Amino acid sequence: MATKARQWPPIGPFLPLHAPNPHRLPSSVAREDEHLLVAAAKRGDPAAFEELVSRYEKKIFRLTMNITRNREDAEDAMQDAFLKSYAHLKDFQEDSRFYTWLVRIAANEALMRLRKRRPNQFSLDEPIEGDEELMPREIEDWGPSPEQRFAQTEMHEILSEVIDQLAPDFRVVFVLRDVEELSTEETAKTLGISIPAVKSRLLRARLKLRQKLNRYFRQGGTN
Amino acid sequence: MNCDGVVRELSNYLDGELELAVKQELEQHLGHCGDCKMVVDQTRLTVSIFCDSEPVEIPVDIKSRLHEALRRKFSEKGN
Repeated sequence: MATKARQWPPIGPFLPLHAPNPHRLPSSVAREDEHLLVAAAKRGDPAAFEELVSRYEKKIFRLTMNITRNREDAEDAMQDAFLKSYAHLKDFQEDSRFYTWLVRIAANEALMRLRKRRPNQFSLDEPIEGDEELMPREIEDWGPSPEQRFAQTEMHEILSEVIDQLAPDFRVVFVLRDVEELSTEETAKTLGISIPAVKSRLLRARLKLRQKLNRYFRQGGTN
Repeated sequence: MNCDGVVRELSNYLDGELELAVKQELEQHLGHCGDCKMVVDQTRLTVSIFCDSEPVEIPVDIKSRLHEALRRKFSEKGN
């Protein structure tokens, strides 16, 4: 009898890539040669693995930083994610993109550190409140392409500031789903919560971020 | 559909996960409710700004420690 290959990280089976999402452009993260580098790294070529690291380190650091909001924890989580992915590369079954697999490992490393640092402030188990507070309060005209009114560095600071103000349990869902483009199912499996819980937190996170950006983007607004 | 309904279905609408009849009902509301139209458009833009934002460079010291750790791992595995 054929034995089933071991899956790593041990957080459930990987799902196919998420369905096309009409509101955003396809991810440009994975290049076409990614599978060649993965195959070479699996054969023991360290240069191939280092190329994968160089390709994704910025994005993985952004992910761990977005989850932990702490530079030291973000660095540790990123480093451990790359070291663990190298150690377990033979267990990567290539039924998802390597980058998606890496994101799930890095998210778990970052969440572990977030839980350790904020044991009483971060829980994905708590039910979220009802719908009554969902209705946006501040609705003002942003004008066309409001983001282009800011220089790139300034825009990075704004995004960092508004995401920092989100509660961690909303932030991690938004980061995995909308920044890293994991599917709802992949996000649920990575975080160990239900699909309705992902959807509910994602809706609230999106609405809260819109409201926070309103301060910067409203026409004639001051920050 | 009223304004509350639009907000409740907002994510599903942006993600293209609404059934056709519900989608049409929502879009009909957007046709005459300027506030909801603005919330939908601004939330869509919020998502795309974060999704499309390029990450900044990793600080040099962090990058250098990462690659040192990797090389140590490579040499452990090689021995």
